[in-house]
Amino acid sequence: MSHHDVHPLPRIYRGVFAAAGPLLYLTGVRRAKLGEWVSVRSVGQTRRGQVIDAGEEVTVIQVLEETLGLRPGETEVVMSGTTARVVVGRELLGRILSGTGAPLDGLPAPVGEDLRPIWGEPLNPARRTRPGDFVETGVSAIDGMNTLVRGQKLPVFSGPGLPGLQLAAEIVEKARAPRGEPFAVIFVGVGITARETQLFLDRFKGSGASEWGVVYLSEARDPTIERLLAPRVALAEAEFLAFDAGMHVLVVIADMTYYCEALREIATAREEIPGRRGYPGYMYTDLAGIFERAGVVQGREGSLTQIPIVTMPDNDITHPIPDLTGYITEGQLVLSGDLHRKGVFPPVDVLPSLSRLMNAGIGPGKTAPEHREWANQLYAVYARGREARMMAAVVGESGLGDPDRRAMDFADRFEREFIGQGRARRDIAATLELGWRLLERLPREDLLRISDATWAVRDTAGGDATVRDATVGDATVRDATGRDGAGRDEAARSAEGTEASP
Amino acid sequence: MSRDRDTAADAASPADAVPARGAAATKASAPSEPPPATSIAPPPATSAACAARLIRITGSLAVARPLREAALYELARVGEQGLLGEVIRLDGDVGTIQVYEDTSGLAAGEPVALTGSALTAALGPGLLGSIVDGVGRPLSRLAQESGDFLRAGLTAPTLDPSASWVFSPGVAPGDLVEGGDVLGEVEERSGFTHRILIPPDVGGRIAEISEGEVSADAVVAVLEDGTPLYLGHAWPVRQPRPVSRRLPSDRPFVTGQRVFDFLFPVAEGGTVAVPGGFGTGKTVIEQTLAKYAAADVVVYVGCGERGNEMAEVLNEFPSLIDPRTGLSIMDRTILVVNTSNMPVAAREASVYLGMTYAEYYRDMGYGVALMADSLSRWAEALRELSSRLQEMPGEEGYPTYLGNRMGAFYERAGRVIAAGRPERTGAVTFIGAISPPGGDFSEPVTQAALRVIGGLWALDAGLAHQRQFPAVDWEVSYSLYMDALAPWFVERCGADWPELRAAVLELLQRDRELRDIAGLVGVEALQDTDRVVLDVAALVRETLLGQSAYDPNDAVSPLEKTKALAALSLSLHRTILRLLEEGAAYEELDIAAARHALFSLRNSGSADVEARALNVERLIAALGTKEPEGEGAEVAALEEAATPESPTPESLAPESLAPESPTPEDGEAEV
Ligand SMILES: Nc1ncnc2c1ncn2[C@@H]1O[C@H](COP(=O)(O)OP(=O)(O)OP(=O)(O)O)[C@@H](O)[C@H]1O
Ligand SMILES: [Mg+2]
Repeated sequence: MSHHDVHPLPRIYRGVFAAAGPLLYLTGVRRAKLGEWVSVRSVGQTRRGQVIDAGEEVTVIQVLEETLGLRPGETEVVMSGTTARVVVGRELLGRILSGTGAPLDGLPAPVGEDLRPIWGEPLNPARRTRPGDFVETGVSAIDGMNTLVRGQKLPVFSGPGLPGLQLAAEIVEKARAPRGEPFAVIFVGVGITARETQLFLDRFKGSGASEWGVVYLSEARDPTIERLLAPRVALAEAEFLAFDAGMHVLVVIADMTYYCEALREIATAREEIPGRRGYPGYMYTDLAGIFERAGVVQGREGSLTQIPIVTMPDNDITHPIPDLTGYITEGQLVLSGDLHRKGVFPPVDVLPSLSRLMNAGIGPGKTAPEHREWANQLYAVYARGREARMMAAVVGESGLGDPDRRAMDFADRFEREFIGQGRARRDIAATLELGWRLLERLPREDLLRISDATWAVRDTAGGDATVRDATVGDATVRDATGRDGAGRDEAARSAEGTEASP
Repeated sequence: MSRDRDTAADAASPADAVPARGAAATKASAPSEPPPATSIAPPPATSAACAARLIRITGSLAVARPLREAALYELARVGEQGLLGEVIRLDGDVGTIQVYEDTSGLAAGEPVALTGSALTAALGPGLLGSIVDGVGRPLSRLAQESGDFLRAGLTAPTLDPSASWVFSPGVAPGDLVEGGDVLGEVEERSGFTHRILIPPDVGGRIAEISEGEVSADAVVAVLEDGTPLYLGHAWPVRQPRPVSRRLPSDRPFVTGQRVFDFLFPVAEGGTVAVPGGFGTGKTVIEQTLAKYAAADVVVYVGCGERGNEMAEVLNEFPSLIDPRTGLSIMDRTILVVNTSNMPVAAREASVYLGMTYAEYYRDMGYGVALMADSLSRWAEALRELSSRLQEMPGEEGYPTYLGNRMGAFYERAGRVIAAGRPERTGAVTFIGAISPPGGDFSEPVTQAALRVIGGLWALDAGLAHQRQFPAVDWEVSYSLYMDALAPWFVERCGADWPELRAAVLELLQRDRELRDIAGLVGVEALQDTDRVVLDVAALVRETLLGQSAYDPNDAVSPLEKTKALAALSLSLHRTILRLLEEGAAYEELDIAAARHALFSLRNSGSADVEARALNVERLIAALGTKEPEGEGAEVAALEEAATPESPTPESLAPESLAPESPTPEDGEAEV
């Protein structure tokens, strides 16, 4: 990363001739730089701002704090000579800071190890390593069906009243760094209430997370523009911890919806031409500037993983906020109001959920050789079951064919037992085994996505062990129809009680 | 806005007949040096340009004065760091420049220098296997300069100037040559001939020509009028390269994806749009085609998408082998990458750069596949620039010229006879992903594409959620190439190919209707013949249309396998209907073994296709007869199927069945 001009001299100007919303217009500034950081002093108050339009004659400054009461005639603008930078360093671990990096915990401002531009430079795509390290979150809907890997950006698409933040807390609490590698959590509260923040932080009291985490808060009551900075300030620190200090960093941002609303608010104040539903046309690029900062870099130890939370307005996944997010992130975990009402926790609807990096994180040596097939099969039956359920709502269960009825029954169990694990932690072996138990209640003719070879291994293992890293020695074993009724049902029944516990 | 006059003028000037290094040299010069254009072009503009200063910077646009001498689309160096930009508007002596790099830190008063040339692509040997940003800077060399993060103001030539090549001349002193002629050739990759082309606007009599090892920037020939010729030349990216003649498209671009080859084939030189909401599989399709489709050269433009996807390509492609050449897939690929967090203006330029590379290899006589993921990001970049220019916005804020720009771009695809001698036929097939907001195809970018494309592969979120991949909505998708390609398929795959296709489509259509009815009355209320349709159609969706990009055996499907799966599903359908007619009850028929065998066929590698297909056939024939059931039946049939010529049972089994069969990363892929 570059370090721009070291100690430029601040210059002071009074030439504000107009103010509109968060914008100040001033003349007479020499060589204002685009993006330059400024302080605005007016009537005994100092606010921060940034140059967004650097002209020969007119300089436009966007003020970060509330501009209420600001008097153009009595305003002094101090140009810092540099673009926005923040203090980063290991020393920040354990601290609670504002969206601009100022201490909120009553302790002195950190000195840190470096100053970094908050608009980080783009990672050279050719220097990225393809993420592929499995992160065990202990949540079956994730580990089994939508596997998270280090360096991924995987948002939670929540809805009003749905436990998106709780799921994130769950993941943070349970995602262990295997092999005792250095691990850090960065929590960025954007526009959420103090109560929600507290709820999240309370989860870590005693678990030690508060010591290996940094918290950045730009709460609902803080100025709008600070919300746009908070994720970037936090990511500057996250990049430092990951790529300079070699830690595995997990960044949780709650809630990107408030971030986007702030973006819209400011675009409106700037009188920009609005795009879809009033959000600015550059929102995709803007969000990408945040989400693309996740990753793993060749030759560097650490990784930066992001779990942003997005509350879908009206539970509408086509709303521009989740829509553009989904176009940038590497999948999404979608929460369902239906499951939530049924008391399923975490209420993850696995059908619209996706982890695009799953394939790189599963398989032999990582989870289990048959993980892909297994997940495909669970998806296939569950999707069929969900369709059957809808059909049954119209025509009644008796109108369904047998396979549909079986699939529907499967879907019920799958939601209750597999997805709805409550607060218990399941390791990947337990997740896989539970999936097998549910699948094996069905006749094999319903399970054509499982290959013969996998069945062969499963059968020789006696159906009671996951095919973990097993190699298929003699693949000539061929099970044509797989319709072996009796014994299997019993195995499944006896397995019912064996719900994995933490 | 018009861009033709000035770039055309640029192109016609000998300034373009520069070494491959030429364009690069522009970029390579440090900002403190005199205007870099002087190294490659007559410098008419430089004297005036020296005085030009920035008067305003907003977003990625920089406004400078005086730029009276500038030409539209002329490249400029902006600010003390020398950021690369393109003049996109001229108004009196005020010029507006779209800057390809991060503009933060720029201040009014900083200098602006014109380069005298348009944004060009450096064309020449060494492009294959490279990965460049949206304006042609090689990303690996930028990393050497600036480390892992991209800084603004970096420079590096596209083609490595220190490389050397063995040149075999194709013409002799005294020969008359003109633009497009083959001057000679070098072996760019082992077995891959890179034809050295005379720049389109140059001609004359050869005075001297060299032979043997030459360095990348050496003069390899001189015309009698003194014009030097190099291994490469520069070409303005926004200008189509000239061709001798356009040819009709009568042969397919074989993708190896069943749903495309069978239902919606694209012609070589054709254009396809792949629209779909997020996560519906656009990138997987683009990448799978880049890996397995029958192309000599692939240009892949990652336009405003994810960095990790590029890392995946870089991780995977080098170890995949193209069986047609025995070379690594990476050796036939050029990656143009401008991820979503890289500067927006360069995103706009990236697709033109990719198209220019594609045309260049086409002109050598190759079949080139151009992939762009995603054109929506290109259009959005256009929108962003347009709105900063305060142009009158059209629909959804896109500039009113969006449709024209897209149309002009798609026009550059095609099958052609290249300009010059000896005669060469080449093609650029263009497959462009589109990312409609909310997955709604009524938006302007999809609509603009629909007006010009020859094929539509529409992706559906519902199918993707059910993990039915490729999630192609066959009701909405189409191919306008069907009729033109039918003779080829008939000749190559048999006379029944068109009928099979029609029958499959009919089955799917009937299935659609029946599923609607079943949704109202229940499956149980349907007649047996209709339930058969539902079951067979489900099988068709899973085995014929469904194809996992991650299954090493099935990621690419030879046409034989595609046909076998279609023919056998239909044959199963017919057989069941016949048995029902003969009085059998559907409940009683045991089709499990046949279904299972069809899945095995789908999951088998190309070597096993014939035997597996035979096996399915036998099981279908055995339906209704009192054959031994289940397991025994299939295994017995399979063993019988193994005649001495066909693979033995042992060779059939393992690699297609073992879960640990080689993944594309560690094994060789078959096309
Ligand atoms: N042919 C396929 N076989 C198996 N899985 C597939 C296939 N196509 C898509 N998928 C699955 O769907 C996921 C999403 O696909 P992809 O990344 O190509 O979507 P996309 O349309 O490019 O989305 P975006 O617009 O957000 O970039 C993949 O990560 C993969 O899991
Ligand atoms: Mg994509």
